[in-house]
Amino acid sequence: MFEYAPAPESRSVVEIAPSYGLFIDGEFTPGKDVFKTVNPASEEVLAEVAEAGPEDVDRAVAAARRAFGTWSALPGPERARYLFRIARIIQERSRELAVLESLDNGKPIRESRDVDLPLVAAHFFYHAGWADKLEYAGFGPDPRPLGVAGQVIPWNFPLLMLAWKIAPALATGNTVVLKPAETTPLSALFFADVCRQADLPPGVVNIVTGAGDTGRHLVEHPDVNKVAFTGSTEVGRQIARAVAGTGKKLSLELGGKAANIVFDDAPIDQAVEGIVNGIFFNQGHVCCAGSRLLVQESVYEPLMESLKRRMATLRLGDPLDKNTDIGAINSAAQLARIRELSDVGAAEGAERWSPACELPEQGFWFAPTIFTGVTQAHRIAREEIFGPVLSVLTFRTPDEAVEKANNTPYGLSAGIWSDKGSRILAVADRLRAGVVWANTFNKFDPTSPFGGYKESGYGREGGRHGLEAYLA
Amino acid sequence: MTATLHQAGDLRSVLHGLPGVDKVGVEARAAALGTRSVKTTAKAAAIDLAIRMVDLTTLEGSDTPGKVRALSAKALRPDPADPSCPPVAAICVYPAMVPVAAEVLAGSGVHLASVATAFPSGQAPLAVKLADTRDAVAGGADEIDMVISRGAFLAGRYDHVFDEIVAVKQACGDAHLKVILETGELGTYDNVRRASWLAMLAGADFIKTSTGKVPVAATLPVTLVMLEAVRDFRARTGRQVGVKPAGGIRTTKDAIKYLVLINETVGDDWLSPDWFRFGASSLLNDLLMQRTKLTTGHYAGPDYFTLD
Repeated sequence: MFEYAPAPESRSVVEIAPSYGLFIDGEFTPGKDVFKTVNPASEEVLAEVAEAGPEDVDRAVAAARRAFGTWSALPGPERARYLFRIARIIQERSRELAVLESLDNGKPIRESRDVDLPLVAAHFFYHAGWADKLEYAGFGPDPRPLGVAGQVIPWNFPLLMLAWKIAPALATGNTVVLKPAETTPLSALFFADVCRQADLPPGVVNIVTGAGDTGRHLVEHPDVNKVAFTGSTEVGRQIARAVAGTGKKLSLELGGKAANIVFDDAPIDQAVEGIVNGIFFNQGHVCCAGSRLLVQESVYEPLMESLKRRMATLRLGDPLDKNTDIGAINSAAQLARIRELSDVGAAEGAERWSPACELPEQGFWFAPTIFTGVTQAHRIAREEIFGPVLSVLTFRTPDEAVEKANNTPYGLSAGIWSDKGSRILAVADRLRAGVVWANTFNKFDPTSPFGGYKESGYGREGGRHGLEAYLA
Repeated sequence: MTATLHQAGDLRSVLHGLPGVDKVGVEARAAALGTRSVKTTAKAAAIDLAIRMVDLTTLEGSDTPGKVRALSAKALRPDPADPSCPPVAAICVYPAMVPVAAEVLAGSGVHLASVATAFPSGQAPLAVKLADTRDAVAGGADEIDMVISRGAFLAGRYDHVFDEIVAVKQACGDAHLKVILETGELGTYDNVRRASWLAMLAGADFIKTSTGKVPVAATLPVTLVMLEAVRDFRARTGRQVGVKPAGGIRTTKDAIKYLVLINETVGDDWLSPDWFRFGASSLLNDLLMQRTKLTTGHYAGPDYFTLD
């Protein structure tokens, strides 16, 4: 057996302060309280972080309001220069950021290094390019920014979601108050430092850390003009209610239960890779994860055999090891949720399988898991698990595949695996999902709009379409 | 399976019934495996295994008995300064040089491979190819690296290619047969998978990527497709077939990527010189340099490693 020796990325490349304040008006200031953020792989406390109360959110929104006048009046090429500068600093400091992200979030360094950070930089570069071309974006001859954007982001891609929110907001001339998730605030606070390094005018970007209450104060703040939220459908609903009738512009990117459809003429080995990438990428903490595998019955057995063989090679463990494929679950609460739904799956009669896989004793871990014999009537086929758990269903014909794929309250993404181009186009046309991948999965690009149907939310992020959310 | 297939004239439907290969997907997978980090003890083990897998090759018009003798000596003792360094798997030469190499290698356990069948183009009558093969075996080769007729394969004349491999296999007698697909001329990964199956069905003991004489030789994704083919073939027929990427593999880093590919695609059973080889010439010295670096802690200059 060819065993890879441990190959840990050095955590000393990044400096973590013992405590962090709120980033308001270009300065770090204390909040009303503090909370701790831990490394989910070891439960070690990484830092104490300020919790923003209502007055702190007031201060942040006021700072953003003051900055808005000058920032929005800057000529496009000037704003672009700041964004290009931020993008370059992120590239230069990407090793620090990747390590920090893996420490705070639990995701493997291979992913933070090769996926998250390159995409973060790409988002800033892409939107920097739009800043001086907005009048050609198709939203009228003189599109105007909205004002202050209140943005609340999740813990699964902390820095990437920040980039998805902040880059278009700044490019279009808005100013920002952003609240990162309470379990993963560190990369956003690092980004605050990047803003200072880029000489971004104070108040253009403000970072307020805290939990649900902080987020509520922010989205309900009367002086916020635009609310952007990525997270659970449940919280999205509350926000939609709170924002209704206020005149605030709203975009929501919520949950999903994506179908990954494998037809019998699929390139099997690559489909298996796509299934693995679809559900085990980032421990399945992905809103667009391919969590429902729909397999044509005629290839069910060979496909499952290949999938199990492939899953047996997945390497779970230390997120900072460069050879780790599956890292830690982000929090104890999320682990409990994954366990609960998996137990429901087993109790409802689905067959559970995981490869032989040793879980570390410290930290939050869940082995990659598949459930076979799942039907549309199982809860694990309907509810978002947000973990490394795949539900496998079968179908007989393309019509049945489409019917089952669409039979969900969500509609964020879907995947099609087939060597037949005409079938891919025909099926993609009928899937009610914001993103449809063909012979690939979980591929992202700043030029490509991302967003959902139905309970997966509304509005688009990325691409020309994503600019609309920040323009009037 | 082999006999029934051929009698039924069913080769085309078998080959075209194989699952397709998605180009973007297979290249992405190979690239992802290429990012594995193999360090310290794992690297030391990998280097020794890679040395033991090398088919040390010289296939030049300018080959002479002197050159072949020197290379054969190197195959036995790759690093004269370090007796713990293992020998390579085999020497690979033209048929005319086989007797020279055989003399040096006799009784050593290092195999003697010869290219045959009108290498590298394969464009010669079957009788010539068979005579070429028999000569090499008679001269002492225990492994034959044949080339397929890419022209016939691309023209869809699968029966023709199949029959040729069967005939050469027969001419080999006890010698092992490696079938060179020349993947750089096949154009698509689908063709690589089909040619792999064709060669295996016809009796190949090894499938090999390239002659090293066309611009595109061994690549990671091509080797990945071939590894998947031998894996699936064994699952269907019970017979294990080896894989040999050849051409363009020059560095330790490259070689380790191939070992990672085996490790995570077909596993342990292929991690042995009996089932995986590197067709290479300059690779060996880089492996030796890296090996010395790991054992002594410093890099030695190229003059500290033998040139042949």
